[in-house]
Amino acid sequence: MTQMSKNGFPVERIREDFPILKQLIHGRPLVYLDSAATSQKPQSVIDAVVRYYREENANIHRGIHYLSERATADYEAARRHIARFINAPDPRETIFVRGTTEAINLVAHSYGRRFIHADDEIVISAMEHHSNIVPWQLLCEQTGAKLRVIPITDDGELIVDAYAKLLNSRTRLVSVVHVSNVLGTINPVKRLVEMAHSMHIPVLLDGAQAVPHVPVDVQDLDCDFYAFSGHKLFGPTGIGLLYGKTAWLDQMPPFQGGGDMISTVSFERTTYNSLPYKFEAGTPNIAGTIGLGAAVDYFQGVGVEAAARHEHDLLDYATEVLAAIPGVRLLGNAPEKTGCVSFLVDGVHAHDVGTILDQHGVAIRAGHHCAMPLMERYGLAATARASFAFYNTLDEINVLAEAIDEVKEVFS
Amino acid sequence: MTQDLYRQVILAHYRQPANRYKLDGANVAGYSHNPLCGDEISVYARIDSGRLTEASFEARGCSIVQASADMMADCVRGQTRADLDATITAFESMLEGPDEEPDVALGDLRLLREVRKFPVRIKCALLPWKTLRDALGKSNSQP
Ligand SMILES: Cc1ncc(COP(=O)(O)O)c(C=O)c1O
Repeated sequence: MTQMSKNGFPVERIREDFPILKQLIHGRPLVYLDSAATSQKPQSVIDAVVRYYREENANIHRGIHYLSERATADYEAARRHIARFINAPDPRETIFVRGTTEAINLVAHSYGRRFIHADDEIVISAMEHHSNIVPWQLLCEQTGAKLRVIPITDDGELIVDAYAKLLNSRTRLVSVVHVSNVLGTINPVKRLVEMAHSMHIPVLLDGAQAVPHVPVDVQDLDCDFYAFSGHKLFGPTGIGLLYGKTAWLDQMPPFQGGGDMISTVSFERTTYNSLPYKFEAGTPNIAGTIGLGAAVDYFQGVGVEAAARHEHDLLDYATEVLAAIPGVRLLGNAPEKTGCVSFLVDGVHAHDVGTILDQHGVAIRAGHHCAMPLMERYGLAATARASFAFYNTLDEINVLAEAIDEVKEVFS
Repeated sequence: MTQDLYRQVILAHYRQPANRYKLDGANVAGYSHNPLCGDEISVYARIDSGRLTEASFEARGCSIVQASADMMADCVRGQTRADLDATITAFESMLEGPDEEPDVALGDLRLLREVRKFPVRIKCALLPWKTLRDALGKSNSQP
């Protein structure tokens, strides 16, 4: 079977690279529509991790032996590669962390400790993931700073005028999501950055759902910090990246203390290592980093733009097919959207939808998607969410629609 | 397998729960939620002279939470403290214990045994029961 997408994207050939997609689930072909939770991994990523452990496992930045040199070289090569992928001007500005959550916590701790005080304000939006809410709440509790929230429209767009009014001389940081994990909205982040910068306010972007779907250029965006997770970008779990401008990183105290992040230590005084090591305490996730390097390689081989076009077709088709099913309602109708559709089936809780879909081999997410304030905004407890990656096919959306028909039948 | 879980009886309790209301004059009440999925439930009961005379619930959640709660309220009516303990334990072990026939009459609740085949949903079926157990425990410790 050679199925091509409308624009000639070779999706069937690409699927061959993902061994997990060949599985049967409850006797039916797996239809994996949960890539926003975590993406699947191509063979080349799995191989890179295995090869590291089989052939060059050693600690980095400290050995004088052959393996350690090789592991260090590969680790740093991955950093340069991933830095180029988001067009960071200097690999020293790219810090390896566990994922988006740790990246945001790093900024909340280090930037927060240095720059945020009582009555200062931090601006987030109504569509944030808990990982871009809770670190700021903790910081506010410690410092007496206040959280301000940009409202959204019913369609799921940020209200930019309201954002403009929130910015003031007490605002110390704006931290917003680039692409919403529930609504799929692509926020006008470049404009948001410009507006904040006009008042000398730095901006952190949560790119967890953006990096797998849209080309990201941190210099073009001109953001001060950018965070993402490797596992949503076809790479391993437990590895992610924080990009930060040197001007900020240099002024921020270390996040964690330990090995690697120091220059000299005595009991009287410790001096810190240079960037990025100042923020990378302890033995890092070496295998994960090398795996993420391989993931970026693979993704670039597929073509970020080509993947985005294919996903656009998937999203358009899914929107059309689901909207045509009576009793199905879509959540999130922003004109600029990517990656997922959230939906509700009348009279059926999202978990029941999820269970019945699973019996069809269709994997989706059901629940509040770690965005409870957003759910509250819409007066909902849960939605079902189908999310896409470039390895999904239009046919899989037909399977999704058939499975939703059965949900309706069971609950009719 | 879907049909095993979503039996008509279960769906009927979900669609038209007889016991879904706030119980005025309840002397046992509890609330729980499942932070993973956002399901919420309140359970109410009235105990007169050591016997549960009425139970009810209010919930925001899936069909399994609601059907389990509605059937629970039917099942526990008229029970003594000792009966309640035995029923709750029997229901919990039906879902989580060794796969054996329950040794207490559970009536239609036995249909929920199918939930065993859907491990991620076991929490849903147990939520009302856990709430009732906690609420009874609290009312026990009051003078
Ligand atoms: C928008 C967004 N931000 C942050 C996160 C957190 O990512 P992680 O759990 O990999 O740290 C997620 C993951 O679901 C997300 O979708």
